Order: sequence, then structure tokens, then C-alpha cells
Amino acid sequence: MSEILLAARGITKQFPGVLANDDVSIELRSGRTLALLGENGAGKSTLVNVLFGLYQPDAGEVVIKEVVSLAGPEDAISRGIGMVHQHFQLVPTMSVVENIVLGAEPSRRGMVDLVEARERVLELSSRFGLEVEADAIVEDLAVGSQQRVEILKALYRDADVLILDEPTAVLTPQETDHLLSVLKELTAQGVGIVFITHKLREVQAVADDIVVLRGGKVVGTTTPTETDQTGLAEMMVGRSVVLRVDKAQATPGDVVLSVTDLVVDDDRGQRAVDGMSLEVRAGEILGVAGVEGNGQRELVEAITGLRRTLGGSVLLSGKDLTSGSPRTVAEEGVGHIPEDREKHGFIGAHTVAENAVLNRYHRKPFSIRGLLQRDRIAEHATKLVEDFDVRTPSIETTVATLSGGNKQKLIVGREFSDDIQLLIAAQPTRGIDIGAIEFIHQRIVDQRDAGVAVLLVSAELDEVLGLADRVAVLYEGKIVAVLDVADADRERIGLLMAGASA
Amino acid sequence: MNRRAIAGGFFLLVIVLVAISYGIDGLQTTAVLSGTVRAATLLVLGALCGMIGERSGVVNIGIEGQFLMSAFVAFTVTSMTGSLFIGVLGGIGTGLVLGWALAAMAVGLKIDQIIAGTVINIAAVGLTSFFFDRGRSLGTAKYSGIDLGPLADLPLVGTVFFSRPPLTYLALILVVVVHIALFKSVWGLRTRAVGEHPGAVDTVGVDVIKLRYLNVTIAGGIAGLGGAYLALESVGTFSRGMSGGRGFLALAVMIFGRRTPFGAYAAALFFGFTTALQSQFQLNSTFDIPPQFVGMLPFVVTIIVVALSGMFGSTRDPAALGQAYEKG
Repeated sequence: MSEILLAARGITKQFPGVLANDDVSIELRSGRTLALLGENGAGKSTLVNVLFGLYQPDAGEVVIKEVVSLAGPEDAISRGIGMVHQHFQLVPTMSVVENIVLGAEPSRRGMVDLVEARERVLELSSRFGLEVEADAIVEDLAVGSQQRVEILKALYRDADVLILDEPTAVLTPQETDHLLSVLKELTAQGVGIVFITHKLREVQAVADDIVVLRGGKVVGTTTPTETDQTGLAEMMVGRSVVLRVDKAQATPGDVVLSVTDLVVDDDRGQRAVDGMSLEVRAGEILGVAGVEGNGQRELVEAITGLRRTLGGSVLLSGKDLTSGSPRTVAEEGVGHIPEDREKHGFIGAHTVAENAVLNRYHRKPFSIRGLLQRDRIAEHATKLVEDFDVRTPSIETTVATLSGGNKQKLIVGREFSDDIQLLIAAQPTRGIDIGAIEFIHQRIVDQRDAGVAVLLVSAELDEVLGLADRVAVLYEGKIVAVLDVADADRERIGLLMAGASA
Repeated sequence: MNRRAIAGGFFLLVIVLVAISYGIDGLQTTAVLSGTVRAATLLVLGALCGMIGERSGVVNIGIEGQFLMSAFVAFTVTSMTGSLFIGVLGGIGTGLVLGWALAAMAVGLKIDQIIAGTVINIAAVGLTSFFFDRGRSLGTAKYSGIDLGPLADLPLVGTVFFSRPPLTYLALILVVVVHIALFKSVWGLRTRAVGEHPGAVDTVGVDVIKLRYLNVTIAGGIAGLGGAYLALESVGTFSRGMSGGRGFLALAVMIFGRRTPFGAYAAALFFGFTTALQSQFQLNSTFDIPPQFVGMLPFVVTIIVVALSGMFGSTRDPAALGQAYEKG
């Protein structure tokens, strides 16, 4: 066996109310890829943050060739650990070279030597087959290129261990393939890689060793050949899981949502939705696939009244809802599971009961002559908590203290318990555990079967392919293709997502 | 057309206008332009202070208070020691202390930055009024002009640029130094990065908090120099509230100059020109209206210019401006 580059021994890390890591041990050898597999909240990110010196463990040791205590990331970096964070740590307004050398700039008398910096970046880029445009401004680059900049940033600091935290979450399938081949090249040159993910397919493709975490504990150590995807999923969740959603053939009815030539700008005033048209019928799920940032958010916000439309129209069963206020839209029977639930989904400081009627508190029976009817609200909330399996100590608990999955189930319950004709579900299962995902998927299908039109927007291609009846592919603010899900294979959709013509 | 070409064309236009004006009335033109440089010096020092803070992600609306307090200390120290130089050091020292105080509140304690700056402004007004001794005088002549040899004998520009008192030269040198430091040095790269994305700087092992402390403190020192300039070179005495809103005007200058030193100096000259012009109008009684209205000129122009620059695609603010840094 090759040399051990990095090891964690008995790491325990306590956060207020959560034991994030409980006696976790892992070992990484040079030239190998170790996949850390686990659900959100299993403790993967905590563990690597400890290994990178961002958190100090309460117990246990970090071993980088010898036992070390890391005071901060600078310690980890100087010992050859590099990390590619889930949210890129790049300065968007600066060039690729500036970003790579930041903090370790080649300099002469205090002045940055950009010529030498550029040479070293290009040398690394060709050595590891990581193409980047050295002088481009980072914010102009595609996400995949930004990620290569992050990897180069670590390599520039002579990292022989590379930690990647959910590196594929933001990539198209083709970009993912490219990343995986880059990682193979890196391990061939002796770099050790810790690869965090909850996607089983990638683990099978890239890992040499697998460590599965659940509830802060190591629940299994295995290899891709020993355990298949179903086995890994069971280890992750702790029980057997259904990876596919059971659903019957859709029976589409009349057109419910009709969007025509919609034009919307993003927060920076750039065109985000650029003359988009789509239709969703009663009793079908239209899935919108696309790399994040291609207008999904703006589309959803425009339909639900959260963002101004600059052109085009939105019709709901023939009624004009263009630029309606969020309340008008909701009153017409549109349910909305928002992408950013912390911001648009609930009020964290308010109770479960209050949040359960957030879309209806002003109407009978919850409000009479301007006064809230606490009893009615409590009744409704109690029923909702039961029906949607929201795990909360009581309905008087503030929502902020619930887990992501339970917050989401509360939102789903609230949006479903009114009579709706259209459901807009944006990233409905982002950041929640597999149990809650299964539950929410099933409820969305139930709504469809009850005749609701569903517009599903998700960055997870697997989710779109698993739930949708038709798939619309979004690229740069336009629908580039609408496919029946039976004709939609990953390869083809991936190319469309990257801008290839249909 | 690119911005550089527009700026160049504009610069040429200004030179032509000045030459015509000098041809018509040399004395008045020289007076107005000298006043322009005098007013611009204070504004650009304030703008440099604000710029270093904002490039690091910290808003400094306490420049007004930093000016006022430093002017007071510079005046008092000179009055007691008889030395202008020690007075200037006193002013800079006061600025450094106030810069550090702003950093301690805004960066260390993570108090809202606007409130932290306001605290400094209020404290400066209160303290300087309380300790101000009406009978005290500077006890020595204020800084006078230094002729730069034959350059000073040139018509117009000789008087306007090459026979100025020392702190004016120092301010000009600082404009160049801050430009090089911000855009060429290691410190500058990190400073600009910390204002855009402090997390990126932290994860490569540079201490965000320490860097912001340092920068806001140094910036305070520059504002302190501005205060000393005001008391010891521009006016030659201290009076209550003598900064007169120019610390705020400096922020407008900074924004109009796109948070670059040269841009800020150009903007400072423009605002300085409106100030000098209104004094000359008042002196000559050019307009038959109450002097208060003429005195409004610089402020009316500020409102118009800032509103217009906002309309025509001004620069983007540093992304992390105004936010305290939380790890993780």
C-alpha cells in the first residue's frame, strides 16, 4: 500500500445541539480517491473542515504524516492540504491568475509579480491538463472553469491532498465527466483526493475507497466493487430505500399555465429570461432541467409575482396573471415551494402554527374582522403536522429550530392544503435527507394525480428525470427543447444544458 | 468609445477653457484655480481614506469626525509647542486612533458600520466643542507656499501647482502612492479581495480581521492628515465645526472617482472648482442674490452629479461592503 497522506483518528466535534462528528476515523493514501458518502447533515463537511483547520476538533487527532494540531487553514495549506469548497472561494471581479496566487503572491519588494504568477499558473495548468484562461475575469467563466481555477489554487500551493466538497453539485453531466477525468489524472500523479458527495453514481465512478457517514458516525468502510448503489444507499439512510419514484402514466388535461415570450431581468439588471414560452397541463409534471443560473430562479419568481416581468404574459387557466402580486397569484390557486426556503418559505422566528397559515392567515376561518383565530390556526397546524409528518416538539416551536427536511415538509404541507391548480416546486428537495425526499416526491406525484399542473425546477437531473412527465431544457434564459421523459436520456439532456442545439 | 478617450477629451477641453479664461482675466482665473486646488486637497485626502476602507469592505462615514478632531488636535498641539510639524504629527496620530476606534467597533465588535461612523462624528463634535478654548491662537504663521524653482515662475500653473504649501504636495504624493499600493502591491491585491470576497481571503490563510483593522486604521491616519491640513495649512486656526460637511463630500468624491486615487483627484478638483467659484462669486458680488444661495453651489452640484453618476452606470460597490466578516 502507498504512503498515508492524511488521516483522521477519532475526531469528535460538538456544535450547540448537534454532535456533528462522533469518533470518526478515516485514512487517505497517496494516489487514491476516498469518497466520503453521506446525506446532508451526516457530518461530511464538518469532518473536512476539521481536516482543513477551519474547525478545531473537541477530541481526536489529525495526522498529516505526523500528528498535528491545526490552528487555521494556513497550517493545513502549508502541510499540503488543498480544499475546493462547495461554494467557490473566488473573487469574482479579479482575474484567474490573481485568484490563484492570492495569499501566496510571487512578489518583488512588496509588488505582485504578475508575469511570474502567470507563468507558474500556465505551467501547472499544462502539467495537470486543467485548461483555464489565465487572464479572464472569474465572473465571466462558466462554473466548470471556475472549479478548475479552485483546483489550480490548491495545486499552486503544492497540495498533495485535495479535498473536494460536493464538487459536482453545480456541474452539467459533461462537466462532471471532465472533472472525474481530471481527478484520475491527479491521482495518477500521486495526489490523494477526498471526495465528498451524496451522489451514488459518482462514488461508483471515481472512488477507490468509500467511507459512509450517518449522524456524525462512520457507519461503513467499503469499496465500489464490494457494495453496489443500492447497498450504499441503505448504508447512508440506515434502511432500505426506493431510489425510483413510483408513478403511473400521466393523463394530461387542459393547459393550466401558459407562459408566452416572457422577459425577466436578474438582480444585476442582466437579461435572465429571454423570451421564454412554455405550457403546463393539468395532471402532468413539467420538469425544467438546466445548469443553475440559466434563468430558473427568475422564471419562478416572475410567475409567482416576486419579480417584475418586462415583457410577455403569464396565463393561469386563461386568466392573465402577468405581474400579479404574490398574494393575487396565490389566491388564484398557485402553490409555491420556493427555491430559497429560508428567505421565501417561512418566517424562522415565528411558530410552526403561524407559518402553517402564512398564505391564508388573512382569510376566514383563520382571521375574522382582522383578528387571528388562534384556535382555528392551531387546529389546522396540528392536522398539517400530522399529515405531512413534520417532526416538531410542538406547533408552538419556532420554525428556525427545525431541520431542513422538516421545514420543507411544513412548507409543502401548507402549499398543498389549499385548493391549488398549479404547483411550482423549485428545488423541492435541496439539502434535505433521503427520507424527506421520498416523502415529498410522493406528495408531488399525488398532487399530479389529483389533477394539479406541476412545474418542477431542479438542479438535480436525476430528480427531474425521476419525477417529470415532460422535460424542458433551459439554456441562457430560453427553452431549447421540450422532450417526453421517455426520450430524454442523460447524455442528450446534458448536451442541451451546455448549449448544444437540439 | 472607451472611458480613457472620453476622459482625455474632457481633459483637453478643460485646458482650452482655462487658457481662454486666463486670456480674458488672468488674475481672477489664477485665484479661482488656486482655490480649486486648496479645496481639492482636503477632499482627496478624505476620499483616499474612504477608498481604502471601502476597498476592504468597511464603510467610513466618520471621515467628517476624523477631520474635525484631527484639525482640533493639530491646532492645539501647534499652539502649545509652536511647531507646525509636531501639530501635523498630532493630527495624523489622532486620525490613526479614530481609524482604529472605527475598526474596533465595525470590524472587531461587528457594530453596524454606519452607526460606528456616526458615533465618531458625534463624539468629534462634542469633544472639540467642549475642549475648544476660544482665546487660543495658533501662535505661529500657518504653512506657506514653497516655490519649486523655475516651475513656480510659469504663468498660471506656477502659482496654482508649483508654489503650494507642503501638505498639498504630500497629498499629491499620497494619491500616487495609494494608487500603486492598491493596484500593484501584494497588500493591494489582498485588500481588494477582502472587500469583494473575504471568505476567499480567509481560506487561503490571510487574516481578514487583521487586514481590515490595519487598513481602516491607516485610512484614519490619512484623514488625520486632512484635518491637520485644514487647521495648519488651509485656514491657519481652529473653529467649531470647521470641517463643514466636507468629510461627507469626500465620500461623494470617492464614489464619483470610482474608488480610484486618480479618479478621486479629478473628482476632487471638480468639486473644489465649484467651491472656489462660489467664493469668487461672493467676493465679486457677481450675482445680485443673497450670498447663502451662491454658497449652496458646491452642494447643489454634488446632488446633481451623484444622482447623474448613479443614473449612468456607476461602478459596482465592493461586494462585501458594509458587512462584518463571520467565519464559515
